[in-house]
Amino acid sequence: MIELVKRYWRTISTPSKYFSLGFLSLGGFIMGIIFWGGFNTAMEFTNTEVFCTSCHENLYEELQYTIHFNNRSGVRAICSSCHVPHDWTDKIARKMQASKEVWAWVTGTINTPEKFEARRRTLAEHEWHRLKANDSLECRNCHEYEYMDFTWQSARAEQQHSTALASGEKTCIDCHKGIAHKLPDMTGVPGF
Amino acid sequence: MRFTVFPLVMLACFFAGNSMAEVRADGEGGQDIATLRGAPIHTESQPPRMDRVDNSSIKRQRAYPMQPPMIPHKIDGYQVDLKVNQCLACHSRRRTEDSQATMVSVTHYMDREGNFLADVSPRRYFCEQCHVTQAVTEPLLTNEFVDIDSLITARSKVEKKQ
Repeated sequence: MIELVKRYWRTISTPSKYFSLGFLSLGGFIMGIIFWGGFNTAMEFTNTEVFCTSCHENLYEELQYTIHFNNRSGVRAICSSCHVPHDWTDKIARKMQASKEVWAWVTGTINTPEKFEARRRTLAEHEWHRLKANDSLECRNCHEYEYMDFTWQSARAEQQHSTALASGEKTCIDCHKGIAHKLPDMTGVPGF
Repeated sequence: MRFTVFPLVMLACFFAGNSMAEVRADGEGGQDIATLRGAPIHTESQPPRMDRVDNSSIKRQRAYPMQPPMIPHKIDGYQVDLKVNQCLACHSRRRTEDSQATMVSVTHYMDREGNFLADVSPRRYFCEQCHVTQAVTEPLLTNEFVDIDSLITARSKVEKKQ
């Protein structure tokens, strides 16, 4: 084993005998672009609606009735807008976490609508906790508190946003649950 | 005489049918109403624009004491099903302190026999069976409903005169 490591170390630490410095540096540069670009493209593909709905088609169906799909201005959110952090490091962390979901898919943990309904509350709670912990980061990617004009809000909304939200006592997800999905059985959830 | 009137009526019906949109009927209160459909029967009528829902949160007066109060705000996408009732997230007894919303009437906590229950009775669960939002729109017909107070006042005035 030690011998093997030594042999490899010798190979990579000796200067190249046949390839020019130009070939190696330029080749390395080009390969770098291809690998890095390829990696990011593949990761971005896992952020597309096509990829998500290839399994979660029932969720796409219920999303269509909500304001995040169907609204006056035609701006809409896709799955990853809310479920995947937008910053690169956070995104990688979330993607690694999501690899567990691939395992669940392979083993068929939730492969029928009935199984999904049975777990809807648990799954929803995962997302509520995540958004509570990061102060509703994914909501705030679009809905920035700093730019909210209370005069355009209804009296009820203005009242809540200017007090509970402004003071940081509450975060978006505390009240805005089930805005893009159907709610699970809410028995015992604070606020219901 | 009858023989002369009949063709005239037929003729009138013919012209009326040709200009359906202009047909007017006198409502009971003498209201002059064009056809509510807005188009002859053999053509597709233009659907009216969808009106905005009153979102003022200002309570409206009830026309009579037992009238279910109207909803003075938007309720788009509110989920009311076996799993959750989003109306009750503000209007149930245990939520009104936080929400400052009107509490669901105590009658909704009773069963058919008048026994009080801990939570909203299943038969009162589906709010929108009785409570509805109000559109910001001009009514097609003026409402001729007269509330009881106006009737009593009118009557007492008459009695005073006598």
